[in-house]
Amino acid sequence: MFKKILIANRGEIACRVMKTAKKMGIKTVAVYSDADKLALHTEMADEAVHIGASASSDSYLVIDKILDAIDQTGADAVHPGYGFLSENAKFAEALAKKGVAFIGPPVGAINAMGDKIESKKLAEKAKVSVVPGHTEAVADPDMAVEIANKIGYPVMLKASAGGGGKGMRIAHNDEECRDGLERARSEAASSFGDDRVFVEKYIVQPRHIEIQVLADKHGNCVYLNERECSIQRRHQKVLEEAPSPFLDAKTRKAMGEQAVALAQAVDYCSAGTVEFIVDKDKNFFFLEMNTRLQVEHPVTEFITGLDLVELMIRVAAGEKLPFAQKDVPLNGWSVEARIYAEDPFRNFLPSTGRLVRYRPPAETETVRVDTGVFEGGEISMFYDPMVAKLVTYGKDRNAAMDEMARALDRFQITGIANNIAFLSALMAHERVRSGEFSTNFIAEEYPDGFNPKDAVQDDPTLIVAVAAAMHRAYQDRAADISGQVEGHSRAVSADWVVVLGRDPHPVSVDPADGGYDVTYGGKTLKLRTDWQLGDSLMELTLDGKPQSVQVGRADVAYRIIHAGTESRALVLNPGTAELYRHIPEKQPPDTSKFLMSPMPGLLVSLAVAVGQEVKAGEELCVLEAMKMENVMRAEKDAVVKEIKAAPGDSLMVDQIILEFE
Amino acid sequence: MYDIIRQLEEKRERARMGGGERRIDAQHGKGKLTARERIEVLLDPGSFEEWDMFVEHRCTDFGMAEQSTPGDGVVTGYGTVNGRLIFVFSQDFTVFGGSLSESHAEKICKIMDQAMKVGAPVIGLNDSGGARIQEGVDSLAGYAEVFQRNVLASGVVPQISCIMGPCAGGAVYSPAMTDFIFMVQDSSYMFVTGPDVVKTVTHEEVTQEELGGASTHTTKSGVADKAFTDDLQALLYLRRFIDFLPANNREKPPVRPTPDPHDRVEMSLDTLIPDNPNKPYDMKELIEKVVDEGDFFELQPDYAGNIVIGFARMEGSTVGIVANQPMVLAGCLDIASATKAGRFVRFCDSFNIPLVTFVDVPGFLPGTAQEYGGIIKHGAKLLYAYAEATVPKVTVITRKAYGGAYDVMSSKHLRGDANYAWPTAEIAVMGPKGAVEIIFRGDLGDEEKIAARTEEYRTRFANPFIAGSRGFIDDVIMPHGTRTRICRALRMLKNKDLKNPWKKHGNIPL
Repeated sequence: MFKKILIANRGEIACRVMKTAKKMGIKTVAVYSDADKLALHTEMADEAVHIGASASSDSYLVIDKILDAIDQTGADAVHPGYGFLSENAKFAEALAKKGVAFIGPPVGAINAMGDKIESKKLAEKAKVSVVPGHTEAVADPDMAVEIANKIGYPVMLKASAGGGGKGMRIAHNDEECRDGLERARSEAASSFGDDRVFVEKYIVQPRHIEIQVLADKHGNCVYLNERECSIQRRHQKVLEEAPSPFLDAKTRKAMGEQAVALAQAVDYCSAGTVEFIVDKDKNFFFLEMNTRLQVEHPVTEFITGLDLVELMIRVAAGEKLPFAQKDVPLNGWSVEARIYAEDPFRNFLPSTGRLVRYRPPAETETVRVDTGVFEGGEISMFYDPMVAKLVTYGKDRNAAMDEMARALDRFQITGIANNIAFLSALMAHERVRSGEFSTNFIAEEYPDGFNPKDAVQDDPTLIVAVAAAMHRAYQDRAADISGQVEGHSRAVSADWVVVLGRDPHPVSVDPADGGYDVTYGGKTLKLRTDWQLGDSLMELTLDGKPQSVQVGRADVAYRIIHAGTESRALVLNPGTAELYRHIPEKQPPDTSKFLMSPMPGLLVSLAVAVGQEVKAGEELCVLEAMKMENVMRAEKDAVVKEIKAAPGDSLMVDQIILEFE
Repeated sequence: MYDIIRQLEEKRERARMGGGERRIDAQHGKGKLTARERIEVLLDPGSFEEWDMFVEHRCTDFGMAEQSTPGDGVVTGYGTVNGRLIFVFSQDFTVFGGSLSESHAEKICKIMDQAMKVGAPVIGLNDSGGARIQEGVDSLAGYAEVFQRNVLASGVVPQISCIMGPCAGGAVYSPAMTDFIFMVQDSSYMFVTGPDVVKTVTHEEVTQEELGGASTHTTKSGVADKAFTDDLQALLYLRRFIDFLPANNREKPPVRPTPDPHDRVEMSLDTLIPDNPNKPYDMKELIEKVVDEGDFFELQPDYAGNIVIGFARMEGSTVGIVANQPMVLAGCLDIASATKAGRFVRFCDSFNIPLVTFVDVPGFLPGTAQEYGGIIKHGAKLLYAYAEATVPKVTVITRKAYGGAYDVMSSKHLRGDANYAWPTAEIAVMGPKGAVEIIFRGDLGDEEKIAARTEEYRTRFANPFIAGSRGFIDDVIMPHGTRTRICRALRMLKNKDLKNPWKKHGNIPL
């Protein structure tokens, strides 16, 4: 077995690999850039080697620097994690030359799978089903129609150099096919300067389902079931689960066997993932193979009980797989949510800065947190905005999802924007719960991005009860203040009115053993909690049902965050509540007509003038923040009415840059 | 007997109705509560004892003899907030527009006199059209009587003004002399001369809101300490605010229990100070992580943001927090921030509230605007206030403490009791770059030499140890243990007894 493993990566995956290495009694070496001097992975490793400036092109991506670090520390194996050098054949070759083990597949497999066309040909040869289509560019409309008829409608006409939906046309019949080819070609020519167009089967309601494979150096290869990763936003996976709610045993077996066949065709060893696209009739087609550990591997670990990193290390050290295909278990259900430093309410704009509060839920047998950051740490602009992976397990899909919803409720992050509210909203979404979705799910359900109103709680009972209990606790303490007039000391009443929005909810709240009894709507609810004044997380049971809410004070009201929704509850005594109707509702100013600075920064340039018409996506201005230039673009077509900042101005967050008509 | 009782009830009923149903509806229509409703929200339920309900004005001119309402446009009395005694007057806009008559003023003076005798705070809820013009000089005399009492009460009992409607002309000078002014957004304004006069005299066109609304006074003039969205929010906030204040200058601040342990460790503070000395960080994060339950009642949050002031508690007991804010103007001192913090320090000193000061100050703001504006005199206000203060003073230097500003910010030399520094502190006359450019003026052309000198200066002075070796710093403390160290220092200082030499009063540079 290896003595010392160098992890050529950072963040959560570096920490995750180290955990297993430590468990196996293997020493660990971290590499770190300037920005990661104080990072968790740097702290966690037995040794840490500085490998350069913050940009990954100056550090984590520089093969020579990793090789130097190996020389310095005498590591005898390298785990590449995912991303960075994990699928870089040159890196694997360099390690081989050095006689240092690469904890990953052989160079040949990396090369074969790294090329899209090559891998598709290989897959066809290995009898793996691929998306029907023609790999050569279409010469004329007749040829397009001919191919389309051969593979069957609908078809997709796709620019060879395409991307971002440009140069793509869907055709359902011959006429659309001829017409679409013209348009796809001219779009492709103008957008990419390359008018080559292919014809391919168009997959309706596609799902992204992938098979985990694992092979040793002795010719053994198994598949460890599938993962469903259809819930993505612009090709970035958001939510993953295993198994897939869509597959049956027969399809799983067929996909698994094809994945193994493909792996064996390239003499694969180590962990790898074969990605498939699956249509609504459970036809599946090979997409690509990832020759590394995937971000979402923990869901597979939960349902199989295996440690994939450990197995990767063992097979890299020459050990045989300790089990056969028939021994691979599939127990229960697991869900993974990726916690990103992105603001869902600002069109998922990446957020950087200091983690003022970072308190992930405690790990249990059913909750796992793979994290690479810590409270007081910094999310820098140099790397991926993923801060953690939250993984839960349950005996069935519902149980795993309920567990995820609660774990998200407990996840506390302040200082940077994050997508927890969005993930919570997903966990409550009907289509997520029913499993009826495709890779278009987020685009279909949130076409204009995510808005606070997208996560609406209909039953206010929990919020009312929590607000009442908090208020009672604060009032009881206020009544304990020193210096009270004798005989006039404050007696706290049980009767209060919780105002949510503008709606009054009369309650009666009394302290009880281990919490409060809250009478609301004619029923007495038992709220039990060990929450104390000032705590930002309240773990409670309401009539026995466990719940977690994040709480705080917001002006004179209480802020209560649950299931991705932030509520403000004002608690008044009945007399004051009577007067509440006289208080005008003050609407926050409508900001949709303004371009506001999303972060503190320097206005570098303005690309528009007063009176100018701008189209959605057009550049408005450039803002420099943390030495990075951010191009601000129009969210919709509009006319510039007024410009309120000048280049060179220092802007505060939410400062208005310009106003639209 | 029965008749007399009925007569009393009728009189009371008339007083309670103030200016009548129509005017009450109009008040509500403006989103405002009535004078009595405001008192009801402010005080503990059922605790209000009203005085002078039957007082009426004595004016007979301009047909005033026929118009009289018991109470004469102001509701006065006392009651409790969380069981603690306070005196309150609440002007009633429904009666003669809340205008101040001779008897209206007498009512206010009466409760102020009483509050001083028993040592309890006075809260004014202002909603008044101004002087009762029909009364002429009697009304002006009334104002002056109130002003005189404001001054005598200053430093004896806390005085708080909450502006909940108009407050114009001479009327503004009563709130101006109280300790704190709060305002309600959109429904209150304060100015010495209104938009009409402004237009006649200076030809400026300006609305009431622009001239003296809550946002003007909380962002531009610094007259108001905080603005609230509506009447309810203002009054509920006032209840929380009163909980911080001692009843008078002979008492210690109130104490209440807290579950927050005094030895709570905040590891994340160890990474608060960025590597780059020119990069800002949010001082409020430090404040919120150090004080009880993260509960910080900030005053003047939108004015002179380069200094942060407000109340918090340590181990349940009130402290006044003053902190430089690196996020705004790098945290330097200027006219506005020195004036803002100076007045706050003096309030705390008047009322036995210990001062906790967090220092990250690169110096005074340079420039003609500051010099012409009198930074010398105004900057001295904060220096004077700290030097004069005899309450417990605990200081923590987090990063920069440069030049004269170091001296000002509650330094050991100004009788600081416990002066701590984080390891990241740089206590020096100025930043290394500036210092080297002066000391080694001759080497200015030689970049390499300058860089080496700068580094040398940095290692020598950009740390807390030189100051420590002189005893100007009592200890260098770990950021994560800041709360514990402050709590212990405050415990040690509980019985601090320090008196300034006898004088009639000092002559602070006004």
